Amino acid sequence: MRWLNAAPLRALLALAVALSIWQVVVWLTDVPHFILPSPIRVGEALWVNAALLAEHARFTATNLLVGMAAGVALGVATALNLALSPVARLMLRPMLIFAQAVPVFALAPILTLWLGYGGTSKIVIVMLVIYFPVTSAFFDGLMRLPAPLVDLAHQMRATPLRRLFLLQVPNALPALISGLRLAIVYAPFAVIIGEWVGSSRGLGYLMLMSNGRGQTDLMFAALSVLAAMSLLLFATLEKLVSPAP
Amino acid sequence: MTSLDVRGDLWIGDAALIRNLALEIPARRWSCLLGPSGVGKSTIARLVAGLPGTQHLRGRLQTGDGVPLTGRVALLAQSGQLMPWADAVQNVTIGARLRGARPDRSRARALLEQVGLAGLAHRRPSELSGGQRQRVALARVLIEDAPVVVLDEPFSALDTATRLAMQDLAAKLLKGRTVILITHDPLEALRLSDRAWLLGPDGSEMLSLPDGFTPRDFRAPALLAAQAALLARLTGKVACAG
Repeated sequence: MRWLNAAPLRALLALAVALSIWQVVVWLTDVPHFILPSPIRVGEALWVNAALLAEHARFTATNLLVGMAAGVALGVATALNLALSPVARLMLRPMLIFAQAVPVFALAPILTLWLGYGGTSKIVIVMLVIYFPVTSAFFDGLMRLPAPLVDLAHQMRATPLRRLFLLQVPNALPALISGLRLAIVYAPFAVIIGEWVGSSRGLGYLMLMSNGRGQTDLMFAALSVLAAMSLLLFATLEKLVSPAP
Repeated sequence: MTSLDVRGDLWIGDAALIRNLALEIPARRWSCLLGPSGVGKSTIARLVAGLPGTQHLRGRLQTGDGVPLTGRVALLAQSGQLMPWADAVQNVTIGARLRGARPDRSRARALLEQVGLAGLAHRRPSELSGGQRQRVALARVLIEDAPVVVLDEPFSALDTATRLAMQDLAAKLLKGRTVILITHDPLEALRLSDRAWLLGPDGSEMLSLPDGFTPRDFRAPALLAAQAALLARLTGKVACAG
């Protein structure tokens, strides 16, 4: 059973087992397909609607990626500023904590009202949702420089900026990566909620529409595309960080 | 290279650690501060190295040449202060980079060879043994080329054989500098010191040392006798205190 040790194989096997159970349940219970379509039916829907799914997936993926890039960039910049400036910490920290107490998802309707039904409102929702986990994870990492390295910076008469980029940032990279993992979990949520609140395109829109029309197989097909997208994001991050210790 | 004169009471926050310190530390020699854990040895190291903390001296800390110590002290601590993400060369050159100077990588490599790490220049700390890590830290002290070097229990975490080898290496490479060695190991103090004090809460007491050049041979009868006498005193002190 040595081949079972390969992670992708194990994942595929788990998926195959889950799909088989699903298929068997549908066969045995004879549940109507508009309530629960069988995996085979979902596969068919994926195949037949490939072009439609691809078009909506492109819209969702673009907003997801642009929003994530903006959120990460903004979060990293904020954390660096907070780490560098005690004044910024004094002013911004309470604001950040307060802002974190507001569930950003709840802002989706107002953001849609302000920014419209297009991509911008989705991008901003994704950005806001991942901004806080990225900022706070990276900032914590920056401030948790081990005491011996704090001493080292002192001894070597480091300027604050050099201390930040030569000691604090490398020390905070694992924390930033944890923040990015959280961001990857939240970002697809955010983009879908943005589309549910108001959109005429995207996988979230497609799911809502097909659900309303009893096209449950198409709804599941869109869901599986979304899941594949999230998995791809995860795999990309893990691939990027794996050479680092 | 300068001598140092440390006199007065050592405080940390609002608690007195050592009263009546009187340390006349000669230039270009090894001075050793010996004492049990918790007596305040490392606090003296932080004081001399100018590290942040609540330690302060109610008294005076004077240099023989009258120039302040700031920027003239290199510290080698027990932990080594190595950056886990950086290789040996990067760890040795970090001082220059933190000050915005050009790192001298070829000198770093030469120093790493000198401390016996030829061929390991691109290993990270996690890929080195404890002794090798302290060798990297020693190379960093050497590249800083400071006239005063504080060694704060530099070899405490090493096994005995490695510790003896590191003592010989440090004695050879730091010759001619004003070295303050902080240790709780009587043998280390007796092997390496030109002058040594036993520290306690009530002050510093100068110890008599065996004759001969440092590093003294650990097999020499005079050294072993001195160690036995010192150990007897130290255990006596602990018994009294307990």
